[in-house]
Amino acid sequence: METTVTESRENASSELSVDQGEGLTFPRIECRNINVFYGDKQAIFDISLSIPDRAVTALIGPSGCGKSTFLRCLNRMNDTIESCKVTGEIIMDGENINNPDIDPVLLRSRVGMVFQKPNPFPKSIYDNIAYGPRIHGLADSREDLDAMVEKSLRRAGLWEEVKDRLTSPGNSLSGGQQQRLCIARAIAVRPEVILMDEPCSALDPVATARIEELIDELRKRYCIVIVTHSMQQAARVSQRTAFFHLGELVEMGDTDQIFTNPRERRTEDYITGRFG
Amino acid sequence: MTDVVQGPFRNEKALRRLKKRRAADVRFRTYGLSAIAFALLALSLLVASIGFQAVSAATYHVVRFDVVLDPQVIAPDGEDTPADISRNVDGFYSLLRSDLLETFPQAADDRLSRLRLGDLVTRLAVLPVARTVAENPTRIGRSMTITVPLNDDLDLYLKGAVSKDARVHIGEIASVSETTQNEVSLSGPSAFRGLEAMISTLRAEDGDAVDARSVLLTSGSSTGRVTHLETGAAHVTMLTGSADAFRGARPVARIIALPETERNVSDQQIAWTLALKEMGRISRVPHFSLLTNTDSTYPEIAGALAAIVGSLLTMLVTAFIAIPVGIFASIYLEEFAPRNRLTEIIEVNINNLAAVPSIVFGLLGAAVFLGFFGLPRSAPLVGGLVLALMTLPTIIIASRAALKSVPPSIRAAALGVGASKMQSVFHHVLPLAGPGILTGAILGMARALGETAPLLLIGMVAFVADVPSSPTDEATALPVLIFSWSTNAERAWEPMTAAVIVILLMFLVTMNGIVVLLRRRFERRW
Repeated sequence: METTVTESRENASSELSVDQGEGLTFPRIECRNINVFYGDKQAIFDISLSIPDRAVTALIGPSGCGKSTFLRCLNRMNDTIESCKVTGEIIMDGENINNPDIDPVLLRSRVGMVFQKPNPFPKSIYDNIAYGPRIHGLADSREDLDAMVEKSLRRAGLWEEVKDRLTSPGNSLSGGQQQRLCIARAIAVRPEVILMDEPCSALDPVATARIEELIDELRKRYCIVIVTHSMQQAARVSQRTAFFHLGELVEMGDTDQIFTNPRERRTEDYITGRFG
Repeated sequence: MTDVVQGPFRNEKALRRLKKRRAADVRFRTYGLSAIAFALLALSLLVASIGFQAVSAATYHVVRFDVVLDPQVIAPDGEDTPADISRNVDGFYSLLRSDLLETFPQAADDRLSRLRLGDLVTRLAVLPVARTVAENPTRIGRSMTITVPLNDDLDLYLKGAVSKDARVHIGEIASVSETTQNEVSLSGPSAFRGLEAMISTLRAEDGDAVDARSVLLTSGSSTGRVTHLETGAAHVTMLTGSADAFRGARPVARIIALPETERNVSDQQIAWTLALKEMGRISRVPHFSLLTNTDSTYPEIAGALAAIVGSLLTMLVTAFIAIPVGIFASIYLEEFAPRNRLTEIIEVNINNLAAVPSIVFGLLGAAVFLGFFGLPRSAPLVGGLVLALMTLPTIIIASRAALKSVPPSIRAAALGVGASKMQSVFHHVLPLAGPGILTGAILGMARALGETAPLLLIGMVAFVADVPSSPTDEATALPVLIFSWSTNAERAWEPMTAAVIVILLMFLVTMNGIVVLLRRRFERRW
């Protein structure tokens, strides 16, 4: 079942993708009544939302509003924090991935993640990409693996820049290249969902623009959830936007609607820069 | 200051503050530099003082004997198996003694002289020769050149380490007249002026103590002791050789710094040694036996081999236990263990354990390993176990620090692509923490290598004459050898001890060198 989904995703052509903005496809992830606690402190209050497939969903909100915490629920990265407890249901492909029976390690190969600061492994560019396929046994032969590395780098728009120096260390790249390397690394394990936690906050405007182009390209194949502090970025790259404030979901809707005609007063205040 | 320069940062007060700040900066740098200079000075003083002492043990004097291996002496009937020969120390020693008696026939007259002459070499020094001959029985009956170390006190005398001679060349001896047996009167008009001048200089420095000192006159291989000195003439008791050697010669006078009663070597022995040296039979050679011999009660034939091997075996046991256990314990504690009261208690106790005096570990080893488990005493196995216990907390603390220093983003990255916790630790965290962990491990081992106290308590201070071949054999270790040699009375042990310290330091420097190399080789940046 899973393989067929992946296969169809691999073969999907851009024509089959959704049209921009409205009329989004079926929800990829359905979250119901999510509460997150750090010890005694509750960080997220009863959030329910659905995330569409083959589209970019932006999570915006002031610092400490819980958007990163929510993002990390989606691939159970919160499990690595001992005091953190997540309740509620996160339905993905008909399964509740918040169920303790679900293996978070397997889940994370289906839900890739890109972090705020580029964090390539201190290994060669090639090994950075090949690591995921290797541990998951995705490649049967060396040629297979080479092809996978190339494909991932091409999709991340990095291939032309690094094809002659695949053996040089990943840290030798520039910041923007490193972040695209991390995206390529996430793609290499053939995820269905890619989570991005402020992927451009450490990059200059030129590198940011490249990443944004890349995200726009990637949404044809993947379900992307991005946390961002930049309103412009959310407006540019996302189709859906969710505004978080103090651990609550204030408003969620199509990006155009959120930025032009917000329903909630708080959303408007935040977007227009009156607080945050 | 004029009115022109006014402004918040240009007024007098601000300038004063700035000056003060700069002065503080300079002061701090000066403190830092002087601290480093002090450390360097202390280090170089230490190395220089040990090195200076050890240098004299780097070479030693050996005596050459050309003897015929008389089968009657070394392999008498009924005792001629190789095993007998290799144990026949007395036989070989008597060969050397009779050779010495042949060289110095005057000594044959009384028993004391014979004994003193025999003391020029140590009886046990012929043991390796006996073993060689036992292995090659065809040599029996033929002549053989045997080289044995000179008695340690004479060796020190020749090196000038015990009593520095005042030496002066004296003028030509015009006439020699024998008064009685062995007593001669030497005369020459201006022969003894230099010697008299030297004596009066010494008298000015040291007072009448000079009178008790021996004055030896040497010409060629003949030596005599001056009994009475007057202007232009000296009465001399011959110690070796003949008085004729002085006729027309310009002998060397030695004023020996210590009176004979305060020395371990007699004038007579010095005379014999000088004669042997004159004959070219004493030579100064590199002291390799320090590395190839085992411990002995005689410094000239003692060596550190057994201790070196013992130390290596001990370190092997320590490394095999402390490094894996320490690394895995730290990985578990740092990466996997839940943070709760129990792990907190464990952490505090590991830190406490690192501060426990090493002698306590020795007591523990004696009680548990020897008393309870009944392991053999003085064995590197037990020493290694005790040192492993002692090193463990050091390694755990260093490894945890190394693991902590790996940025969490690397762990997140690995988990993000779907690696399990263990994969993220073993594929990514451990390689990055590796150099730090190895540094901690090797520094812990280096500390264990220099540890004496716990080994004393488990009996590794025993006198070990054989090189241990397994971790359960009796053995000693380098620091313990240093300890026991330094408590020996004879002067010759002093440079020997320094030499072993140098060996130990070389081990430590090598280990630290490995640390530096590993760091250079494997250090990665992120």
